[in-house]
Amino acid sequence: MLEVSGLRKSFGGFVATSDVSLSVARGEIAAVIGPNGAGKSTLFNLITGHIRPDAGRVHLEGRDITGAPPHYICRIGMGRSFQRANIFPKLTVFENVQAALIAHHGAATNLWSTARDFYREEADRLLASLGLQAQADVTSGTLSYGNQKQLELGIALAASPKILLLDEPTAGMSSIETTEAIRLLQRIAMERELTLLFTEHDMDVVFAIAHKIAVLHQGRIIAVGQPDEVRGDPEVRRVYLGEQHA
Amino acid sequence: MTTRLARTVPWMTVAFVAALLIPVVGTRFYTSVATDVLILGLFATSLNLLLGTTGLVSFGHAAYFAIGAYVCAIAMKTYDVPFALAFPLAGVASGVAALVFGFFCVRLTKIYFAMLTLAFAQIVWAICFKWNDVTGGEQGFNNVPYPDLGWMEALPGLASMRTGELYFYLTLVLVSLCLYILRRITNSPFGRILTTIRENPERAEFVGIDVRRFELAAFVIAGLFAGLAGALFGIFNRGVFPDFGYWAKSAEVLIMVILGGMGQFFGPLVGAFTLVALNQQITSYTEYWPLVLGLLLIILLYAFPAGILGTAADLVKALRGRRNA
Repeated sequence: MLEVSGLRKSFGGFVATSDVSLSVARGEIAAVIGPNGAGKSTLFNLITGHIRPDAGRVHLEGRDITGAPPHYICRIGMGRSFQRANIFPKLTVFENVQAALIAHHGAATNLWSTARDFYREEADRLLASLGLQAQADVTSGTLSYGNQKQLELGIALAASPKILLLDEPTAGMSSIETTEAIRLLQRIAMERELTLLFTEHDMDVVFAIAHKIAVLHQGRIIAVGQPDEVRGDPEVRRVYLGEQHA
Repeated sequence: MTTRLARTVPWMTVAFVAALLIPVVGTRFYTSVATDVLILGLFATSLNLLLGTTGLVSFGHAAYFAIGAYVCAIAMKTYDVPFALAFPLAGVASGVAALVFGFFCVRLTKIYFAMLTLAFAQIVWAICFKWNDVTGGEQGFNNVPYPDLGWMEALPGLASMRTGELYFYLTLVLVSLCLYILRRITNSPFGRILTTIRENPERAEFVGIDVRRFELAAFVIAGLFAGLAGALFGIFNRGVFPDFGYWAKSAEVLIMVILGGMGQFFGPLVGAFTLVALNQQITSYTEYWPLVLGLLLIILLYAFPAGILGTAADLVKALRGRRNA
């Protein structure tokens, strides 16, 4: 599904990622973990086209998407959520999802019809599956942070992605919100047969749902494998896990 | 964009009918002011597609107004082109100019975008100012003919009307038509995508929107309608001058939009009306109009940042909320 090989990016003299290779198979739930500044967000921005790598390639289903613009990468099947809830704050919850559906279905070049009723059913169904149907007409910027993250997930799902990249999906959430968010993610990934790649600080979340974990440290991948393998890796324990799971 | 109030009462029809009566019940002076307001209202509404809908601040919108004005006036006077052709030609010319300038502008963001729109507008102004053979240069392009309005006298009720009054009706119909089209565009799926760009361009890009291309499309549409407004204004004004494209004109139209409220479709029209009316009233009492305008703007920006119509809409919403509670 996703194939990252030899990605390198430096900003000035600082090497943010160096020679990162990673592959995610269809239907897999993969996590990238690592301490702050390890290069997780840079890696995501490289994959999703926000920044161009100095070297290396990214393939999505065999298609080379290295350096392609984000709107193209999104249209060929990659969805993304950002670390901070990234929504359209002054639009209603419904309008947020509806706009994403308009973009996905190619209706964005329609200058004449009334947008109000476009994809109403589909938007309602999507909101219902996220548990946001009651807030459909609320201005989205006034939602709780957890709900905003849910809505962002909805915006990403509106494009019917094959693979979803989630940058710290539970960041800033309370522990109850985190549990709910993870349950929701698992359910949606299963229903839609999604491939997931996510970064996360919360190790309980990572070990609860990931099939595969890659550990990033100072811009390099130092270990990759199933959760048990990674947990047992002495290098990983030293640089990262040891701090929390001692 | 629409308030609930706008949906329950056919405000637009009411306003249109009321406008029809202006030359009948009002003096020539009022008819002239009303023509002015309509044209500037269209100009301001075209800018609001960028400002209020797409979130792009243009400091050079007057360039497209001026291009439309010159193209229509020159076509009609120098080349004897009938208005029915010169008017759409003005829109096309402004749209093409907006496409060329906009291509560069949308590559920049925020203040850099705004400064580049200003730079292009100053270039347009300089060309109009210096190209004596075609534009009349500093002296302006004078004695722009009225379109042939003889056919309108055959319409019921218009037989005894003067040219200025007939031109008001022509303006009323054309501006209403343009506003209708702009409103359709604003409320269309395309318009919804423009609002997502205003709200969060990064996210818009990652729902699959080529943000630059949509910004450019909005820029061209806004330029086109500014050009149509310019075409109408040149004839109304009986002359076209380089000042039409000067940065002060761009600032004036920006003030209209903010004064009326950029969150409302008809805000810019209300803003145009308010500015023209205040200008008329206040200049008859004092020569310090700019001072009064400055004070007015300060009060507005602090106390009513949503503009006149935006504040009114909020007020209506609040009253309704109380009644329902």
